[in-house]
Amino acid sequence: MPNPYMSPIERAWFYLHRLLSGLTLLFLVLPVLVIIPLSFNESSFLVYPLTGFSMRWYHDFFTSAEWMRSLKNSLIVAPAATVLAMVFGTLASVGLTRTEFRGKALLMSLLISPMVVPVVIVGVAGYLFFAPLGMDASYTTLILMHAALGVPFVVITVTATLQGFNHNLVRAAASLGASPLRSFFKVTLPLIAPGVISGALFAFGTSFDEVVVTIFIAGPEQATLPRAMFSGIRENLSPTIAAAATLLIAFSVVMLLTLEWLRGRGERLRTQPAKA
Amino acid sequence: MMASSAPMPDHPLTTQDGVPLKTKLARAERMNKLKSLALVLPLALFLLLTFVVPIGSLLLRSVDNPEVVASLPSTVKAIGAWDGKSLPPEPVYRAVAADLIKARDDQTLGDLGKRLNMEVAGYRSLLGKTARALPFDPAPASYKDALVKLDERWGDPAYWQAIRRNGSAHTPFYLLAAVDHRVDDLGDITATTPDQAIYLDVFARTFWMSAVVTVISLLLAYPLAYLLVSLPTRKSNLLMIMVLLPFWTSVLVRVAAWIVLLQSGGLINSALMALGITDHPLQLVFNRVGVYIAMVHILLPFMILPIYSVMKGISPTYLRAAVSLGSHPFGAFWKVYFPQTVAGVGAGCLLVFILSIGYYITPALLGSPNDQMVSYFVAFYTNTTINWGMATALGGLLLAATMVLYMVYSKLVGAGRLRLG
Amino acid sequence: MSTSVKLAVVAVGLAFVGQAMAKDLTVISFGGANKAAQVKAYYDPFKKVSGINVVGGEYNGEMAKVKAMVDTKSVSWDVLEVESPELARGCDEGLFEKLDYSKIGNKADFVPGAAQQCGVGIFVWSTALAYNADKLKTAPTSWKDFWDVKKFPGKRGLRKGAKYTLEIALMADGVAPKDVYKVLATPAGVDRAFKKLDQLKPSIQWWEAGAQPPQYLASGDVVMSSAYNGRIADAHKEGKNLKVVWNGGMYDFDSWAIPKGSPNKDAAYKFIAFASKPENQKVYSQNIAYGPSNKLAVPMIDKKEMAELPTAPQNMKDAVKVDVGFWADYGESLEQRFNAWASK
Repeated sequence: MPNPYMSPIERAWFYLHRLLSGLTLLFLVLPVLVIIPLSFNESSFLVYPLTGFSMRWYHDFFTSAEWMRSLKNSLIVAPAATVLAMVFGTLASVGLTRTEFRGKALLMSLLISPMVVPVVIVGVAGYLFFAPLGMDASYTTLILMHAALGVPFVVITVTATLQGFNHNLVRAAASLGASPLRSFFKVTLPLIAPGVISGALFAFGTSFDEVVVTIFIAGPEQATLPRAMFSGIRENLSPTIAAAATLLIAFSVVMLLTLEWLRGRGERLRTQPAKA
Repeated sequence: MMASSAPMPDHPLTTQDGVPLKTKLARAERMNKLKSLALVLPLALFLLLTFVVPIGSLLLRSVDNPEVVASLPSTVKAIGAWDGKSLPPEPVYRAVAADLIKARDDQTLGDLGKRLNMEVAGYRSLLGKTARALPFDPAPASYKDALVKLDERWGDPAYWQAIRRNGSAHTPFYLLAAVDHRVDDLGDITATTPDQAIYLDVFARTFWMSAVVTVISLLLAYPLAYLLVSLPTRKSNLLMIMVLLPFWTSVLVRVAAWIVLLQSGGLINSALMALGITDHPLQLVFNRVGVYIAMVHILLPFMILPIYSVMKGISPTYLRAAVSLGSHPFGAFWKVYFPQTVAGVGAGCLLVFILSIGYYITPALLGSPNDQMVSYFVAFYTNTTINWGMATALGGLLLAATMVLYMVYSKLVGAGRLRLG
Repeated sequence: MSTSVKLAVVAVGLAFVGQAMAKDLTVISFGGANKAAQVKAYYDPFKKVSGINVVGGEYNGEMAKVKAMVDTKSVSWDVLEVESPELARGCDEGLFEKLDYSKIGNKADFVPGAAQQCGVGIFVWSTALAYNADKLKTAPTSWKDFWDVKKFPGKRGLRKGAKYTLEIALMADGVAPKDVYKVLATPAGVDRAFKKLDQLKPSIQWWEAGAQPPQYLASGDVVMSSAYNGRIADAHKEGKNLKVVWNGGMYDFDSWAIPKGSPNKDAAYKFIAFASKPENQKVYSQNIAYGPSNKLAVPMIDKKEMAELPTAPQNMKDAVKVDVGFWADYGESLEQRFNAWASK
């Protein structure tokens, strides 16, 4: 509420600000919401007004061999890429935060760079590099490339979590006779778990949403869900795409809520405010 | 100085095994650093293999020029003796006949024809026709006469210039073409003819569109971020989820949604027509407007989050103090509050701009030909026409632009301090 | 979840994929209604007859993948639908197997031009003028009408690329179908085509995939478009009032080709032989309005359906055969010029 001592101009400004922010928020969520009802619409055109309720587009989605194949591919590629990114990324983050050394900033820039290099370049480079080795159109290559794209997210979130981490705990564990491996799994990992998991979620989300690299690297056998959506949008914008989109939205809501929950938990656990 | 009288002995402190403590400490410290590096090493190697080396070899490929050297080796050797003005001497003609026979048998004629066709249109069919007629039987007295008789284009120096220009395994051809320039018949670098010039425009457009997207995002993000920090935590967390939901939603879902909203029979147009704002549907998609709307939508969270996190660290008391000291609220905001948020604004703008210049999917699905950015042409040359030289040259320039901006970003913000949600 | 469990999940997933890929035949086509018809006429029946599962993929004619696969001897596409220019070029560049017709069928059964060294014609298609009869009061009859934005207000769809578009522009400018390539081979002819396109540029909405024109037409985004006739007939069947003007259409073959070094060559030959049989081609032509490449299939198709096909004599009368040799020579420079022109 505007406070009663505001001048009329300030008051107008206050409401204008609220209105603008409200419109921006609407702009952000509207497109995500607008597609959901269309997936339950019986008409085969993606237009409002709705004509009647139908589950046929979900039926189409779940009975189409292509959609199912792409869903299966996504469920193979994304978890595998996530595991790779998570393992490499967490190790590197621990290494990056435990001591100071020269060239650390540069190294960090390198590790984050997959996030900013245009994906088309990553895709073309990967394609031109792996194809001569006969490794294009393979799950391995796709997983490796997706993992590389997910790494920055793990590094960012885990290093941020580790900033608030007390390295004396590891020393204490070592002085009590724990091996470095044991102290990592028993002391470090449980404490930085929220950071690792949110990094992993980001890496998963990256792979699950990745289309450009997939266009270059994957053959039809490896086409992922976003790849199938890409050709769908280009060629035949049918309500089945709305059904696929709705499922993806539901999925992102789950991911987002998990992440928010983790963040809340992390904030409660640590005295220092969360960085991620 | 005598050892006995000094309180500090000349011998430095040592550990039990007699090593000076300083050395030991340094060694421990070094070990520690090595251990840290060993932890980073797997990731560094992984990225080297999947990321750095492929991109490096992509850059090298943009100057690669293997076709002519590999398929016409003796011609390239013989043509060195030519003055480049009238027509090449007889040995060059003889060499080309021999090389083409071999190229045909090795099935390398296709690549050669493709490369030379880029230099002079029609070269491909000339090579095909010539290779089919070879070998001459009986061997002619003059290959020059025989070839020119077979096709008069062999009597045109332009076709020979093209071979001479490509007598090296490396060429600036693609990089020059990527900035609308070429090497002409005299060996000088000149601008491409206007009807073939395109990429300077495309680069300018890429930067312009990215700038527009950045500015719009900033204008929308700043007030919203300010609202988010000024609300009580519970409310702001709820609104934050509204910001993060689209961030987590697949880009393709959002592109599909924007098509549904913006198409001529879409919700926005129906609403505008119902309100009487317009009597015919506006063209909102498959043009620049659609691309801007969708790109801003996708990149807005990348602007909101850094600004929000900077604003969160600013105590509201400064602003109150300024107002209580008699400053006008707007003046106080501008002079006291805004300067403290510049770091966040800078970080957000740079990030959004960097991500924008590499965009491909959104313009490809929502734009018309004159809304396509550099990435589109990289993909076009890679997939559609298999002109990898051109794809890598354009990609290399785009990468260079991105890396310069990223270095600025790393210096100003620090790469590790990107905020994610 | 521990890492080992995750790895186990991945391993199981990969094993599952490995199994699914064994012995399957990968057939790549241009997607959309064309692919749907192929599934009905060829993929599914072939599986029933031979027991070989067909994995259908789609592409937009990019030869990059094929080249990479052949160069690295890691061919994972077994049978490929290609357009004639790519077939001719790919045959020259050694991308495709030279076919052994004894494994396919009688060469004389194919319509002239369909049996090539590296490819067998699948069907004859035509790129013709299509329009939405619900949106236009009078029917357009030629490409000249396509340019007449006064008489026929609204947007027009054209393929984003020089191929077909330049031919169309010249025909609209009054060049007779048979002279199109003669004119286009001269620099003045190219200028003339681009000049003609300049007139229409503000009204053009470009399409890239063959499935787009019927959608644009049906949604009312465009009133006329160049389009593959089969896609239009397909949309017509679904109840949309879309029509084709055959005058000034351009026709060509799509062909099957086997990428060089395919490990499934035997199955690929079996598939191609199966798809070349007249009774199967008949099913294909009934599902999408493209003309069969096997002469023996023609009498099996009834008159009414025949009238919809590009190979019907009345539809061939004022049509142009796409000149493969012309596009092999001038393709790159014209596409470059087209890109430069379109993006201004």
